[in-house]
Amino acid sequence: MITRRGILAGLGLTVAATMWGTAGPSLAADTIKIGEINSYTRLPAFTIPYRNGWQLAVEEINAAGGVLGKPLQIISRDDAGKPGNAVKIAEELVSKDKVVMLAGTFFSHIGLAVTDFAKQRKVMFLASEPLSDAIVWAKGNDYTFRLRPSTSMQATMLAEQAAKLPAKRWATIAPNYKYGQDAVAAFKAALKARKPDVEFVEEQWPALFKIDAGATVRAIAAAKPDAIYNVTFGGDLAKFVREGSLRGLFKGREVVSLLTGEPEYLDPLKKEAPDGWIVTGYPWYAIDTPAHKKFVAAYQAKFDDYPRTGSIVGYNTMLAIAATIRKAGSTDRDKMIAAMKGISFDSPTGNVTFRSVDHQSTMGAYVGRTAVKDGKGVMVDWVYADGANYLPNEAETRKLRPAN
Amino acid sequence: MGFYFAQFLTGLASAASLFLVASGLSIIFGVTRIVNFAHGSFYMLGAYLAYTLVDAWQAGPFGFWGAVIIAAVAVGFIGAAIEFLLLRRIYHAPEMFQLVATFGVVLVIQDLTLMIWGAEDLVGPRAPGLDGAVEIFGELVPEYDLALIVLGPAVLGGLWLLFNRTRWGTLVRAATQDREMVGALGVNQSWLFTGVFFLGSLLAGLGGALQVPREAVSLLMDLNIIAEAFVVVVIGGMGSIPGAFLAAVLLGEMNAFGILIFPQITLVMMFLVMAVVLVVRPWGLLGKAEAAARPPSGAAEPPLRVAGGMMRWLAMGGLAVLLLLPFLTDEFTLVLLIDIMVFALFAASLHFIMGAGGMVSFGHAAYFGLGAYGAALLIKFLSMPMELTLILAPVIAGIGALAFGWFCVRLSGVYLAMLSMAFAQIAWSVVFQWYEVTGGDDGLLGIWPSEWASDKTVFYYLTIAVCGGGIWALRRILFAPFGYTLRAGRDSALRVDAIGIDLRRHQWFSFALAGMFAGIAGTIYVFSKGSVFPDEMSIPRSVDGLIMVLLGGVQTVAGPVVGAASLTLLEDFISRLDYWRMMLGAVVIAIVVAAPQGIAGAFLQLIPARWTGREETA
Repeated sequence: MITRRGILAGLGLTVAATMWGTAGPSLAADTIKIGEINSYTRLPAFTIPYRNGWQLAVEEINAAGGVLGKPLQIISRDDAGKPGNAVKIAEELVSKDKVVMLAGTFFSHIGLAVTDFAKQRKVMFLASEPLSDAIVWAKGNDYTFRLRPSTSMQATMLAEQAAKLPAKRWATIAPNYKYGQDAVAAFKAALKARKPDVEFVEEQWPALFKIDAGATVRAIAAAKPDAIYNVTFGGDLAKFVREGSLRGLFKGREVVSLLTGEPEYLDPLKKEAPDGWIVTGYPWYAIDTPAHKKFVAAYQAKFDDYPRTGSIVGYNTMLAIAATIRKAGSTDRDKMIAAMKGISFDSPTGNVTFRSVDHQSTMGAYVGRTAVKDGKGVMVDWVYADGANYLPNEAETRKLRPAN
Repeated sequence: MGFYFAQFLTGLASAASLFLVASGLSIIFGVTRIVNFAHGSFYMLGAYLAYTLVDAWQAGPFGFWGAVIIAAVAVGFIGAAIEFLLLRRIYHAPEMFQLVATFGVVLVIQDLTLMIWGAEDLVGPRAPGLDGAVEIFGELVPEYDLALIVLGPAVLGGLWLLFNRTRWGTLVRAATQDREMVGALGVNQSWLFTGVFFLGSLLAGLGGALQVPREAVSLLMDLNIIAEAFVVVVIGGMGSIPGAFLAAVLLGEMNAFGILIFPQITLVMMFLVMAVVLVVRPWGLLGKAEAAARPPSGAAEPPLRVAGGMMRWLAMGGLAVLLLLPFLTDEFTLVLLIDIMVFALFAASLHFIMGAGGMVSFGHAAYFGLGAYGAALLIKFLSMPMELTLILAPVIAGIGALAFGWFCVRLSGVYLAMLSMAFAQIAWSVVFQWYEVTGGDDGLLGIWPSEWASDKTVFYYLTIAVCGGGIWALRRILFAPFGYTLRAGRDSALRVDAIGIDLRRHQWFSFALAGMFAGIAGTIYVFSKGSVFPDEMSIPRSVDGLIMVLLGGVQTVAGPVVGAASLTLLEDFISRLDYWRMMLGAVVIAIVVAAPQGIAGAFLQLIPARWTGREETA
């Protein structure tokens, strides 16, 4: 008997079966396969510009004849923001798809999960976006490299600027998880080292993306700080800025803010973007080196959109991989690892080197002040802070990296 | 003084928006008994729609408020449409089954919103005329906050009038008390339910729309609000709207003042409050004991039967295939199967208390996580070998379940479910915050199997032995006197009590046992992944377990295994595509509508009864 239920069940099965059929990886012969994992559905606002970035780089590399005469083939997967998923996907990419290396991840904990997987399975991994210091230091291993400037590097860049301010009493606000904790600790240490007489009078730790902004703003204001160090981002930042300016928190106070100059975080605020904050970020509209202009033009032509920080990180990720394979002259793991140590390549944001002591790249960030222009937030008076200047020297690094 | 008063007002303003969302959820649950996971999605839709409308009609104060109201009404219609097209078909499914459908709706709405509005956060304009701040006792208080403080009680009053002074409201209250009787008196229940869904969704949409001037509209709004909304409803007492208001104010103020003393507290505050309230008042602040005059809904559940000959052969055949697989397939298939077996045991342990015990848990991941963290910590701090942790870590999970279960089994229904979730969240926040020991959200790394088991094939056989053995043991207990007693207690607590059985103790032990088996699953899981993070004991993991049990079929013993395999495989295959959440949601919804008994339940109805050992029932 055919019932409506039966038809629906059949339909469901057909849909499932179709997907089963189409979902298998296409086996193109003679390509260099790279496995790529990121949280595309969990945080699309940050990961999709990143994907655009690496797609553009791959297109350009392959159009120029690929690497070692073979095109790069990226097998990209979504981990849905779950570390267990990321490890499962990494297993599949390595054992089934036979990729030559892994790349990607955004969240620090997922980056760490894959870092540890790389160590156990002896697979090369380039952590492109996660910021946690642990990836290259405390939990660092021989197989893992990291591209983006880390939490402590960016916090130190800001502390350098903060030390020039007259402010003595500081308040901090950071989302309550490891990134927030690390960012505050690194900033405090770096600022105290440069200016021993500062004191930290208030700390607020709202839960990530669940800030009770009005109450938090008032708690900070009550401590009467001279200046504020902010680590909140995304939705938390928007609420903090709104409630803070309504309640006059930022009047007459300097604010030093991590990542806020990145278009991902600054642009949604539109005309409410904070004015005069000292931030790290990416002023893509004002960087006028020929290499960067070329990158922006190509990006805009391909996606009809402007690049975000994620885009340049994604782009540089593939440049780094291509440079490594070229230098190694093969896709042999050990040769690639040896090649990547100390490798130097030119990117749209300047020369980048992967330090051989801790596998951290020297990709930097832009430090400047925010301003509101034509109804949107921009960075002004910025300088490029080369990551190399914000990393500890070799001897100190060895102490931070017990694995080596 | 002025500072504390202003802080108090801030707490009230946060309470107002929370109350709107929670009241809608409370109304829907009160009448339809549906645990509506999609309520947060309605809230998010309200915010997105209001953002678009406000943007389009920016001129004049009418524009803003008109946009908010139209957005709310539109969300009301969307909610009503979902009730009409989807939920109406499955009212007669086993209890809680509808939440699987609403889970599918959540997935679909997430991707639809992403498609329509894009990934970037949207910051809408402030409310015209209310975009400044006024000085009260020397402190600046935003005008919009004051408007919200007025709006909350106004909506409460309006709802009170609606429910106490109109015929429709009287009918809704009657249906909350006794649905069948209202139906028997000739009231068209279907439209009553649709109307209730309209109202509840409208309130969620209104809550979302009113957030536009306060926060960035983002894709995370749905999941951020849903747990909070449930907490408010449960603290207030399910179905009680004044209770929801009271609870929202309580939470808003606790938060506003809590952060002055201990800023990290926001992570866990609401769950602490909920745990305390439920331990002291098992039906929330203003809730009443549920009148269990009739069985909830649907047909009486047929008793479980020991599998007949044919099913046994099938099970043996399945096991044989699993044992032979390493010789036939690639390594990744084994990785996937290890995942499936881990989740099958996890789901089976949840099914043990849910199916046989009638105790739904929204916090079962706590014990999965305790097992995983137990093993990881034993290795990190005591350098124990894997073999020993396989025994000790589940014991740790069992002890945790014994402690939490003592409180949980004193409650029933949704209150029990929510109390278990409160404990799970408290455990989660401890793991999340205790950096020195648990590594916080950076987790614990390097928890790999012993040398002899590090080969994938060996670990695969180990997983079959441990997880398969666990599932077999759970099944065995279900058909032992202990299991029969538990099932008897589920169906008639009074009669079980009358023949001298201490039901609560049975329930307590079953809770601990289920926790222990979840812990076994967690232990294997951590060795298969090499690392563990607080995510493993968070709400999404608990929900996954719940969905697996219900999708597979809560009334069958094989259900959780089938559910775990289906969901894991589906997600693995579909997540390779763009907009996969929408497709997964659509498939889940299709299964729900096609098989209200769950996949295994529907399958059992297709095959001859003698195969399964079930008796023919007239």
